Amino acid sequence: MRKVVALGVGMTKFSGKQDKTAVELLTEAAMDAINESNIKPKDIQAMFIGNALSDFCEGQGQPHAFAADALGIAGIPANRYEGACASGSAAARDAYLWVASGYYDIVLAGGTETAAKMGTPLATRTFAMFSDSRYEYASGLTFPGVFGMLTNLYSTRYGIPMEKLKRQLAQVSVNSHYYGARNPKAQFQKEISIEDVFNGIMVAYPLQLLDCCPFTDGAAAVVFASEEKAKKLTNKPVSVVGIGQSSAGNLASQKEYLPRLRAREIASKQAYDMAGVKPQDIDVIELHDCFSTATLIALESLGFFEFGKAAEAVEKGKTKIGGKIAVNPSGGLKAKGHPIGATGVAQVYEIARQLRGECGERQVEGAKYGMTDTLGGDGGTIVNLILKKG
Amino acid sequence: MEFKLTFKEYNEALKQNKLLGLKCSCGRVSSSPRMVCPACGSTDLQVVELKGKGKIMTFTSIFVVPEGREPECPYVIALVDLDEGAAIMGNLSSVDPNKVSTDLIGKKVKMSGNAVFAGDKYSAGEIARPLFSLES
Ligand SMILES: [Zn+2]
Repeated sequence: MRKVVALGVGMTKFSGKQDKTAVELLTEAAMDAINESNIKPKDIQAMFIGNALSDFCEGQGQPHAFAADALGIAGIPANRYEGACASGSAAARDAYLWVASGYYDIVLAGGTETAAKMGTPLATRTFAMFSDSRYEYASGLTFPGVFGMLTNLYSTRYGIPMEKLKRQLAQVSVNSHYYGARNPKAQFQKEISIEDVFNGIMVAYPLQLLDCCPFTDGAAAVVFASEEKAKKLTNKPVSVVGIGQSSAGNLASQKEYLPRLRAREIASKQAYDMAGVKPQDIDVIELHDCFSTATLIALESLGFFEFGKAAEAVEKGKTKIGGKIAVNPSGGLKAKGHPIGATGVAQVYEIARQLRGECGERQVEGAKYGMTDTLGGDGGTIVNLILKKG
Repeated sequence: MEFKLTFKEYNEALKQNKLLGLKCSCGRVSSSPRMVCPACGSTDLQVVELKGKGKIMTFTSIFVVPEGREPECPYVIALVDLDEGAAIMGNLSSVDPNKVSTDLIGKKVKMSGNAVFAGDKYSAGEIARPLFSLES
């Protein structure tokens, strides 16, 4: 396997419902990534696109093919990846593999979603399709419901009274909005308080509105190139040094591990081992904070804190820039937004720019190693990538 | 190789208040049907009737529902750790969704019946789930 560089990256503004289509958004993000890579669309040999729901959002299948055509490269192979909220990361991982293997020299990975277009009732219905449609959706399971259940289990398993845990969880959302307010591409660029979180409607006990990420329209893209090609195109290379991916069945089948998500422990170990690094070597992470509790579960499974200790770490500021590990300086899914098929690629976008030192007032100074963490469904698909400056 | 217990068979049985699962020759019991035992890799699985008794592993109350489930809102979902060793999801019918707390975790429950989601245009038909109530 040869070294692969993340060249240019592109990302649209993330927002609520907007007029642009999934294909238009993807094409815009892809063109920005291509321009930043100092190449032309015709240099792209294949496209790997994360998209979970455009059939439901717009009645649009195969957005990857139409985006390739819009970019003037309809002749190349283009594939769509569906791994629920980890669709974009699964696409990026495969794009990396095709370049690393030597089959292609330059591949574009992207993601697009216009989930906000659906409105809350249909969006809630379609997101619930990523749970087990036969054995768990029958009970009326929703995604906030999955994490509501994990929150109650987390509280009991680790002996943290709900009142205390709720305050710590609210701090997770407060942190996300603090950084979102400093990201001009974020859906929510407004700080919130713990009291704001407590004033939200109850969505799935004990999670309230601001414990939950929004529905979002947006797209992101990244161009991966072989080291040899990249040398001539950039003087600020960021390389992919570790990848990992894992799967799991329905929530009941994960009984022995909950509230831990075993798929994440498998995927992140693959990525750490391949990169030859440990959690303490990571300077900045974009992790899958679809719900406040999801942040705690991710921080622990990824090895940044002991099991049951992440809530306290958040409360003590250890997950902010300057703390033990800088978490979601983009604002994360909570504040930046969560256009599900695009989310993993948008995480790569933020990490690449962090490692290049281009993030302004939310910059993690001197960041050398960055990581992405993307969770699809209730553990069904988990992807981790580790990137390195240079 | 054919599934030993298909969704259709499971669903029809559940509508008659019979909760079916699979038991492997190694002793491992699964609630949702599968081809291969996750514990030992064997395909020597037999259909068994589960007693529907167990403890609440975790739960939630749902207040924002998917399209098509509005008449049911709000409701309590429980992940139940069955006595046979498998977990299964169902609704908790004897608990007020507005008065839940983590005190529910660990409480003994038994299957008191079933409820059927009539289905929507995405669900390919109706789907039953177990209803549980607290054991007094
Ligand atoms: Zn077995």
